[in-house]
Amino acid sequence: MRAVLVITANDLKQRMRDRSALLIAVVVPLALAFIFSQTLSGVSGGSVTFRYAVVDLDQGDISQSFTQELLGHLESNGVIELTTVDALEEGRQLAADGDVQATFVVPEGFSQSVMSNQPAEIQVLGNVDQQIATSVAQSIAGTFINQVRAVQVSVATAAMNLSDIDFQELAQRAAAFPDPIVIEDVSASRSELDTETFFAAGIAVFFLFFTVQFGVSGILDEKKQGTMSRLLAAPVSRASIIIGKLLTSFVLGIISMAVLALASTYLIGANWGNALGVGVLIVAGVVAAVAVMSLIASFAKTSEQAGNAQSVVALVLGMLGGSFFPVAQAGGVIESLSLVTPHAWFLRGLGNLQGGGGLSDIWLPVLAILAFAAVTGTAASLRLGKTVEQ
Amino acid sequence: MARSAFANDEARTSNATSTPVLSCEGLRKSYGDLVAVNNVSFHISPGETYGLLGPNGAGKTTTIAMVCGLLNRDAGEIMIDGERMTPGSVGLKSRIGYVPQEIAVYPDLSARENLTFFARLYGIPRSEAKSRIGEVLDTVGLADRAGDLVKTYSGGMKRRLNVGLGLIHRPKLLILDEPTVGVDPQSRNSILESVGRLSSEGMAVLYTTHYMEEAERLCDRVGIIDSGELKAEGTQRELVDLVGEHDRIQVTATGDLEAGATAVRRNNSTREASVGDDGITMIVDGARSALPQLITTLAEAGVQVRSIDVTEPDLEAVFLHLTGKALRD
Repeated sequence: MRAVLVITANDLKQRMRDRSALLIAVVVPLALAFIFSQTLSGVSGGSVTFRYAVVDLDQGDISQSFTQELLGHLESNGVIELTTVDALEEGRQLAADGDVQATFVVPEGFSQSVMSNQPAEIQVLGNVDQQIATSVAQSIAGTFINQVRAVQVSVATAAMNLSDIDFQELAQRAAAFPDPIVIEDVSASRSELDTETFFAAGIAVFFLFFTVQFGVSGILDEKKQGTMSRLLAAPVSRASIIIGKLLTSFVLGIISMAVLALASTYLIGANWGNALGVGVLIVAGVVAAVAVMSLIASFAKTSEQAGNAQSVVALVLGMLGGSFFPVAQAGGVIESLSLVTPHAWFLRGLGNLQGGGGLSDIWLPVLAILAFAAVTGTAASLRLGKTVEQ
Repeated sequence: MARSAFANDEARTSNATSTPVLSCEGLRKSYGDLVAVNNVSFHISPGETYGLLGPNGAGKTTTIAMVCGLLNRDAGEIMIDGERMTPGSVGLKSRIGYVPQEIAVYPDLSARENLTFFARLYGIPRSEAKSRIGEVLDTVGLADRAGDLVKTYSGGMKRRLNVGLGLIHRPKLLILDEPTVGVDPQSRNSILESVGRLSSEGMAVLYTTHYMEEAERLCDRVGIIDSGELKAEGTQRELVDLVGEHDRIQVTATGDLEAGATAVRRNNSTREASVGDDGITMIVDGARSALPQLITTLAEAGVQVRSIDVTEPDLEAVFLHLTGKALRD
C-alpha cells in the first residue's frame, strides 16, 4: 500500500505542474458550463421572459380565446410580456425593430373559419435575431391551432349524429378548452435538472472522462520516458504500479468533480442537490470513468494512441449520454442507447436529487453506473497487466 | 594501443571466497525462434566490477533485464546475495541498483524530487533519505542543480542523475546498462570515476558496454558476449592468454636491419621478427619486460633505433579473435 501511495503522490505532483490538466479538469468545463447556461437558460428551464406582441384582426370569440386566455395566462405567469397592438404594420415594425421578439397575428375571419370548419392559421412574425424566441412563439401558436383542429374534428363528428345541436355554442364551449400550454415548475416531479445544473453537471461529467486519462495513461508515459523499467526493478509489485496509476486517476476525477460542483454552485447558481447523494454519484461516476479509460489505454501502445482513442470514446459517450443536450428526450433508439452511458445515469441521478430526493432515490442510477464500471473495469484488469512491462 | 593493466587479480582472489552477490547459471531467454540469451553463466563477488562486453544486440540488456526481474527467464538460476531470484522476489530487488541504458528520470521533477521519490519507493525512512540524497547528489556532481527541474538539464547531467537514482538505496549490486552512451567526455569520466569509487567501497558492479576502453579501465573481469552466448570470461590478461594473442613491437631504425632481426630472433621472448622499409617488426611475449634486452641486442647488431611502438593485445583483439568481428560491427 505504501508503494501505491508513493506512486500516486508522485503522479499527482507532476500532474499539478501540468497546466493542461488543470485546464481540462476545472477551468474549461466551468467556463463552458457558464457560457451554455447563460446562453441557453430559459429554453429548458423557463426562467427567461419572452417579449411578444399580438395583433388581433379577427376580434372573434376564438381569437380572444387565444389572445386573452392563452397569452394572458402566459403573461400572468411571467412567461411572456405581451404588447397588444391594433394594426398589422405596427406589430410587424415592433418585431423588426426588436422591441418585441415576435408578433402573433390573428387574421380577420379566423373565428369564422374555425367555426365553419375551414382551415385557420395564426401568423408569427419573428425578429431575425431572435430565433429561439420566435420558435417558442411558433410552438405556442401551433399548439393552439392543433387544439382548435381537434375541436373542429369533434364538432364535425358530433354534427353527423346530433343534427339539433347548436354548432356555434358547441364550438364556443369547445374553444374554451383548458389551457393548451401549461407552464409550471416540473423539475421536481419529472426529475429534470434546471438549466444551470444541467450544463454544470453534464459538462463536468463529460470532462471527467478526459481528466482521468492523465492517470491511467501514466502507465504508457512511464514506458515512453523509460521510468517503467526503474519501477519494475524496484521492490514494487506490478499490481502496485497499476493500482497507483488508477488511484491517480481516481483522485484527479474526484478533485475535478468536487471543484466543479462547488464552483458551479457558487458561480453560476447550479443546484446539485443532496450533498451525500451527490458524493455517491460522483464516486460512482469517477470509478466508471477510470474503468473505461483504463480499458482503452490497455489497448494502446503509446500515450498518444491512448489519448486519441480515449478522446473519441469520451466524446461519443458524452454526446450520447446527454452531457450537452438532453438526447434521451428524443426517445426511441437514442434514448435506449443513452442508457448504456454512465453520463445519462449520472444526470438522471442528479435529477432525482434536485427534485428533493435522497440516497434512496439514486440507487438505480448508481447501480447502473457501477455495472458499467464493473464490465469495463474487469476487461481492463485482464489487459493492464500486459501493459505494465519494460 | 597499449593500455595499463586493468585486472585486479588480488582483489578478485580475496573476494572469490565470499558468497557472490550475483550468481547466474545457465540463463536462457528466447523470443519465438530468436534466442536472445543462451546458457549464460557468471558470478560477481563483493567489490568486484564485472563487465559484459559485446556489440549491440549481443544479449547484454536481456541478461540484465532477467537479473533485475524485468523479464522472466526461460531457464537458468539467478541468486542475489545467496537467495534465489524468482518472479515473486519483490523484496530481493531492494539489493539491486539498476541504471537503465536510456535516461529514465522524471523530467517535470527536480533531481532532488526524483531521488526522493525513489528513496520512498525503496522504503528509506524520511530521516535517512535527506542525508542519502545529499550523498548521491555529491557523488554524481549535481548538488548545485538539485532543485532545478530535470528537463532543464543537459544530456550529461541527466545521465549522471540516471546513475544516481540507482544508488539512492545503497544496493549491494549495482547494474549499469551502457550508462555512458551519448555522454560528453567530462560526464563519462565522472560516471566512470563514481563507479570505480563505489566498487572500491565494496559494491558489486555489473557493467555492460560496447566500449572496450571502459571495460579495460573499470572492470576486474570481463565476459565477452555475442549472439546471446558468453564466449569467454576472465581478466584481460587471462582473456589475452586464452586466445593466444601476443605483443607487437614496431622499431623504426637505420643500420643493418637484417642483422638486427637475426639477433633478436635468438631472444627467448621473440616469436617472430621481420624487416620492413624503415625498421623491424617483432612479435614477442611480454613486451614490457623483454624490451630492454631487445633494444640492447639491436644496438649490438649495429641497428640505430629512432622510435619504438609497443602494442599489447587488447579486448578488441580478443573479441575479434573470439567472434570473427569487431566490437562495433
